[in-house]
Amino acid sequence: MERQGEITHSELFWGFTQIALSGFGGVMAWARRAIVEKRGWLSSEEFTTLFGLCQFMPGPNIANLSVCIGARFQGASGAVVSLLGLLCGPFVIIIALGALYGRFGELPAIQAMLRGIAAVAAGLILAMGVRMAADLLKRPFLMIFSAAILAAVVFLHWPLVMVMVGLAPVSMWVAARRYCGSPWA
Amino acid sequence: MGIILEIMLQFGMLSLVAFGGAGAVLPELHRLAVVTHHWMNDATFTHLVAISQATPGPNAIIATLLGWHVAGLSGALAATTAMCGPSSLLIYFFMRFWEKLHGTRWRLIIQTGISPLAIGLVLASGCIVTRGADASWGAYGLTAATVLIVLNSRWNPLWLIGAGALLGLAGVV
Repeated sequence: MERQGEITHSELFWGFTQIALSGFGGVMAWARRAIVEKRGWLSSEEFTTLFGLCQFMPGPNIANLSVCIGARFQGASGAVVSLLGLLCGPFVIIIALGALYGRFGELPAIQAMLRGIAAVAAGLILAMGVRMAADLLKRPFLMIFSAAILAAVVFLHWPLVMVMVGLAPVSMWVAARRYCGSPWA
Repeated sequence: MGIILEIMLQFGMLSLVAFGGAGAVLPELHRLAVVTHHWMNDATFTHLVAISQATPGPNAIIATLLGWHVAGLSGALAATTAMCGPSSLLIYFFMRFWEKLHGTRWRLIIQTGISPLAIGLVLASGCIVTRGADASWGAYGLTAATVLIVLNSRWNPLWLIGAGALLGLAGVV
């Protein structure tokens, strides 16, 4: 395990560039391998704790992770450099793909391929949701909130920010009362 | 300039409620881009999601592509910055505070209370993309098969995406 400060800005930048470009769909599995096993930036326990925080906080999990790790080794500038490393490569690729889509997107063959990819993409997202939902079986009462937000967003098209601001306090209150022992009761 | 400001404001606000990652705010991005602002139609939105899933890197890259489609390079830069900036700032300042909360009941309550919302959002994103523009029975079948394969195997998603492209080309979807 290396000590703080030994990981330079350029190592952080290229490290996260590599992580970003090696991961399709699930970048996180690659991130763990690269950060813990290959580079030894964090121990396994450190990674798990940090990952828990990054998953829980809003925003892209892997972007959160890059900020935390960058900040840990090189402060604010390290956080910026790591985040840029994560985003620059994919940014260039997606703009190239976006330009190709703008030029050739109308072709029937491209439309057909994208329909197939979209169906798989939907499956990948749903599977992630199902996997996450398995954890809720321990706290079945909270499933009401999953269902509520699903209905509000998919069927009623309510603005997400409003829905979150409305539901989160209630959901935390219920969580506190039923599952965490209440500090208010 | 108006459209860039609009992207910055809307995506920036989403960044702060994207519990469960950028994938969780797809329904809201859909609402903004298709329903509210008419920046694109349903089919284009679904295609852009498909392209972003086939691109390596964080899921937030969908914001970049939407921004690009709406307002070119400045749109892409604005959308990416807005999607990643506020949440990154938040975690930067929250990191140390969170470590102090370690093992407290408050932390447990926040985590337990937020998780069902994150799960609901990810499932909602799946629904939005499944519904897509011109979803057929073939597409539903492919989506269902993908869910089953992902839950029961450890295949790299890239193979599934490739298979989806081929099946689409073959006219199955």
